[in-house]
Amino acid sequence: MTPLLQVRDVARFYGSRVGCRDVSFDLYPGEVMGIVGESGSGKSTLLNCLAGQLAPDAGEVLFDTRTDGLRDTLRMSEPERRMLGRTDWAFVHQHARDGLRMGVSAGGNVGERLMAVGGRHYGEIRGAAIDWLGRVEIPEDRIDDRPTAFSGGMQQRLQIARNLVTGPRLVFMDEPTGGLDVSVQARLLDLLRGLVREMGLSAIIVTHDLAVVRLLADRLMVMKDGHVVETGLTDQVLDDPQHAYTQLLVSSVLQV
Amino acid sequence: MSDYNFAYLDEQTKRMIRRAILKGLAIPGYQVPFASREMPMPYGWGTGGVQVSAATLTPEDTLKVIDQGADDTTNAVSIRKFFEKTAGVATTEETARASVIQTRHRIPEETLREDQILVYQVPIPEPLRFLEPRETETRKMHSLEEYGLMHVKLYEDISQHGAIATSYAYPVKVEGRYVMDPSPIPKFDNPKMEMAAIQLFGAGREQRIYALPPYCKVVSLDFEDYPFEASKADHPCDLCAAEDSYLDEVIVDDAGGRMFVCSDTDFCRARRAAGHTGAQGVPHKEGTT
Amino acid sequence: MIEISNLSKMFTLHNQGSAVIPVMQGAALSVASGECVALTGASGAGKSTLMRMIYGNYLAASGRIMVGDVDVATAEPRDILALRRYTLGYVSQFLRVVPRVPTRDVVAEPLLAVGEDRETALARAEDLLRRLNIPEALWALSPTTFSGGEQQRVNIARGFAHVYPAMLLDEPTASLDAINRETVLSLIEEAKARGAAIVGIFHDEAARARVCDREIDVSAFTPRGAA
Repeated sequence: MTPLLQVRDVARFYGSRVGCRDVSFDLYPGEVMGIVGESGSGKSTLLNCLAGQLAPDAGEVLFDTRTDGLRDTLRMSEPERRMLGRTDWAFVHQHARDGLRMGVSAGGNVGERLMAVGGRHYGEIRGAAIDWLGRVEIPEDRIDDRPTAFSGGMQQRLQIARNLVTGPRLVFMDEPTGGLDVSVQARLLDLLRGLVREMGLSAIIVTHDLAVVRLLADRLMVMKDGHVVETGLTDQVLDDPQHAYTQLLVSSVLQV
Repeated sequence: MSDYNFAYLDEQTKRMIRRAILKGLAIPGYQVPFASREMPMPYGWGTGGVQVSAATLTPEDTLKVIDQGADDTTNAVSIRKFFEKTAGVATTEETARASVIQTRHRIPEETLREDQILVYQVPIPEPLRFLEPRETETRKMHSLEEYGLMHVKLYEDISQHGAIATSYAYPVKVEGRYVMDPSPIPKFDNPKMEMAAIQLFGAGREQRIYALPPYCKVVSLDFEDYPFEASKADHPCDLCAAEDSYLDEVIVDDAGGRMFVCSDTDFCRARRAAGHTGAQGVPHKEGTT
Repeated sequence: MIEISNLSKMFTLHNQGSAVIPVMQGAALSVASGECVALTGASGAGKSTLMRMIYGNYLAASGRIMVGDVDVATAEPRDILALRRYTLGYVSQFLRVVPRVPTRDVVAEPLLAVGEDRETALARAEDLLRRLNIPEALWALSPTTFSGGEQQRVNIARGFAHVYPAMLLDEPTASLDAINRETVLSLIEEAKARGAAIVGIFHDEAARARVCDREIDVSAFTPRGAA
């Protein structure tokens, strides 16, 4: 099996400060990788570099595209990369308002990606929107409401529907459960787990919540000061951490 | 002749505007930025169209100005007078006799010819503006042909009204490339945009010029199951009995009485002169309208 | 099926003066298909540690842990994940699940993960829950609110849902009443009969005597000089 994503020595600097550096890994189809670390550890910088939202200063991000096989997404033209962002890739933001059009109805939000890749049949677009609202547990009769009328958890589920409607293969998630009540978080996590399994999605999830990665991620990457300090199976890294920082991180979690 | 430079603007400015027009014609539907000048009229009164007309007119031209299809409204009259005074060009109300026609919100009913130029006054040139407020982003969307958002607007229309409710400024795709705002003409006029005449669009406040060369392909956006329809009031003109012209609804008394009349006054006048009479019309007499 | 040789393990506690604690040295173990081997030794001797190393949950310092044709000590995470999905099952002492997921789905999940269709997976889950005497009224509820004994039975049902060729059982009969204990022992016997290689920890001596073919005392692997 070829990796879906191959990351080689990615680095990003902010002036003389290190955003992230020397990051390399392979992600295989169906794999979910978590990136954990405290604020400022470079995990969001890395995610944005991988997702083409920030240009790294060095390195390669190779993606196994459906049409042309392995391509370095950093050296793609902007239209190609944005096309990838609407088809094979998805990005779930921490704040739903960054990932939704708040002035457009829920159905329009879900349908936008379909229309962006050439969907021109209203009935089919609406049908797909209804299907996806159902899959993320939003009642069908809310389809013409704007997301401003939704709760935080519903907005986040709508964002997920909007992203997954075109059947992407790689989903980038930035703190997808951040800012939600724990009860809402649990439901969202379960939803994500089910979708990942059913659609065979690969995902990269950035979070500082170790409980989230334990439930969602197969593999874990621990970052500190822009560097990767430890990688491995999620439960192995959390239960038998090798690096001093990971040990500190794991031992700092409050027990409920 | 007056003390104004021909057609009010100085020669350098007209040259600058002509360059923008030529660029616009070379890239149909693309919005060319230009250094819009202060004109002796407020924004919203056609400053963009006036500057384009000024740069287009030659002393031999015959100018017609219409506002919502009418030659006799304040805006049309004052712009016509403006050019009579500053350019000394001949003016007319007859579509067929005009070589340059400046318009606000309509395309004349009479088919235009290759030797004519139609100049539109444009309030907001950016068709994506109401969905994406950032100019940096809309420019990127145009350059990358990311027009999914345009259909989102039509989707919202259908989901709220059961049909595409946009009835004017209906977005079009030009030559399979740029999505363009046709200015607030009724969508009834959209199919006419594939015409023999040159079409120029000027937005003074927004400082943009765009253009359609003759016989350019102009397609109104739609859905397969909700196709574009060039609609008009389902009624003949009450003055000239025309079945195929765009109509204005006019309230005639306090009791709710109303009549439908051609919005193109010259077209209506010509039909009545040729002997057509509508339900509420009176037979045409020479010298009246 | 399971072949362990020269396995060692130490913990380095970086945040406690970088203390290095060796916990295992020269561990060796061999379990054939259809065989059940019990790990014995005093509490703290390293039974659970060894079991967690076989599962890939703890990192080996050196040595080999062959499960089928995968060396868990050196395998890539995705190979270990595939091994866990298809080959190596693990019934731990504690149930760890996503909150608010119904019990029936918790048990069916390992089957769905190997591509079983939903109907078959749920039928198998219900069958196991019934055998383990979880009242049907609870199937649609999350097990997080269940009693310790019920949680343990849900955990066992989940562990036995997919027919793994190799299994690790950590105290499967602890905190069970006689009837459920009997059910679990027969589940283990059935697994052996179909050829599963099983490594288990049983404090329950009678249970151990009944299902285990051999015993390995892990105290033999305790490093010299260690506490």
